[in-house]
Amino acid sequence: MNLFRILKSLTLKELCGGLGVTGRYLFRKKFTVQYPEERAPMSPRFRGLHAQRRYPSGEERCIACKLCEVVCPAMAITIESAQRDDGTRRTTRYDIDLTKCIFCGFCEEACPVDAIVETRIYEYHGECRDDLLMTKEKLLAVGDKYEAQIAADRAEDAPYR
Amino acid sequence: MFEIITNTLVGWGIWPWLAAAVNYAIIIIPLLVAVAYFTYAERKVIGFMQIRIGPNRVGFFGKQLWGLGQPIADAVKLMFKEIIIPGGADKFLFLFAPILSMAPALAAWAVIPFGSETVLADIDASLLYVLAITSIGVYGVIIAGWASNSKYALLGAMRSAAQIVSYEIAMGFALVGVLMAAGSINLGDIVSGQQGEYGLFSWYWLPLFPLFIVYFISGVAETNRAPFDVSEGESEIVAGFHVEYSGMTFAVFFLAEYANMILISMLAALMFLGGWLSPIPAGWIPDMALANLALGDGIHWLLMKTAIFMFFYLWFRATFPRYRYDQIMRLGWKVFIPITIVWLLVVGVMIMAGWL
Repeated sequence: MNLFRILKSLTLKELCGGLGVTGRYLFRKKFTVQYPEERAPMSPRFRGLHAQRRYPSGEERCIACKLCEVVCPAMAITIESAQRDDGTRRTTRYDIDLTKCIFCGFCEEACPVDAIVETRIYEYHGECRDDLLMTKEKLLAVGDKYEAQIAADRAEDAPYR
Repeated sequence: MFEIITNTLVGWGIWPWLAAAVNYAIIIIPLLVAVAYFTYAERKVIGFMQIRIGPNRVGFFGKQLWGLGQPIADAVKLMFKEIIIPGGADKFLFLFAPILSMAPALAAWAVIPFGSETVLADIDASLLYVLAITSIGVYGVIIAGWASNSKYALLGAMRSAAQIVSYEIAMGFALVGVLMAAGSINLGDIVSGQQGEYGLFSWYWLPLFPLFIVYFISGVAETNRAPFDVSEGESEIVAGFHVEYSGMTFAVFFLAEYANMILISMLAALMFLGGWLSPIPAGWIPDMALANLALGDGIHWLLMKTAIFMFFYLWFRATFPRYRYDQIMRLGWKVFIPITIVWLLVVGVMIMAGWL
């Protein structure tokens, strides 16, 4: 430590510089988003609550290929399938355990028929574990309720796929 | 002012001790309100410096009012929380420590002059009294750390005790400079000694500038505030000496810390920034009653100067990372004490030369 450095530290130059930075930031415009009243903008690719879609005819899209079950890194998806009376292959059970799900979106990417999708919905809760186990009925209900939004988001993202 | 209140109350047939208590309440109640809103200001200022907006939800009468109800909500929460006494703790000392920490922080206010006539106890050795009484506060910290029966609390108490004792020396030396310049250890006389024809340039901060800086930095260390807050250093020892305290016992430590910060700020304003003296030279103030009231000497100047130092406390906390423990000791013993001793010689020369 030479004399020059000692004298420099005695002037508190560096400390005043630091104070200057925080002093400037005191008057900066604040970034805070006042959450319930204000919302941050959201991408159409947002990965929130899952949904199962239907064709416009009302027929469910899922063909029980089980690609999503295979690709799921958290092993949150459980599928059982059987032949339906009309000879098509359908799921008899399609569960997503939201307590395991990591919202990676791989199921959505793997799906050949765009049946399983992740929506923009992120404000939901469960009061017990069962509430967070999305069964086929619950997933289809979410899909039916938000179909317009889901279809619009897919259409917006389509040119980039 | 306090004498008038005492005499009036005693004249109405009220016991003298009750009249004294009323006088003390006149100081303490605004102080506690100031402490409450100081915590609010701290969260707001630090939030702003981090480009956040700080607490802004709790208000009054259904209005948000920038979160002005926050300190009251915090106080109510702390009052209703359970006081947990850890197993193996010394129950009496555990509950006595917050009191021992709070009492000196409030007792020191008895001798603080708020104006040339407005002082509760105008004792001759008031500066000495303040130094002595604030030193007792360290026992609260030590006893809290000891009585908690927790290793983190004990480590925090040891750190904080060593730090407070070290910085008390530098602080005391800085104050020796003040009393040399003023020729008195009565706080009122120290302020009157700064009266001069140059307004703010005749105050002691200019001739005693190094002592002024050393005093304030030691004051920050003395109150265990950032960047000298190793006694609670949450990254190493959780919360230091008050790790086992909850509810109101914790709140009392908190109050004591903030009351001490305000006390140090006010002492700095009294001793180096001319207390209630106006920064405008007396000759410059137009000869009108209103201008004299606003720009002349008065308690509003003292409060403004105190607020500047209080803001500095928050500014430091938002800016500086915490010192390492050995660096704190080095700064106190190897930097501040030599600086103050050297400047005491300079002050002596200045007095001999007749500049002070």
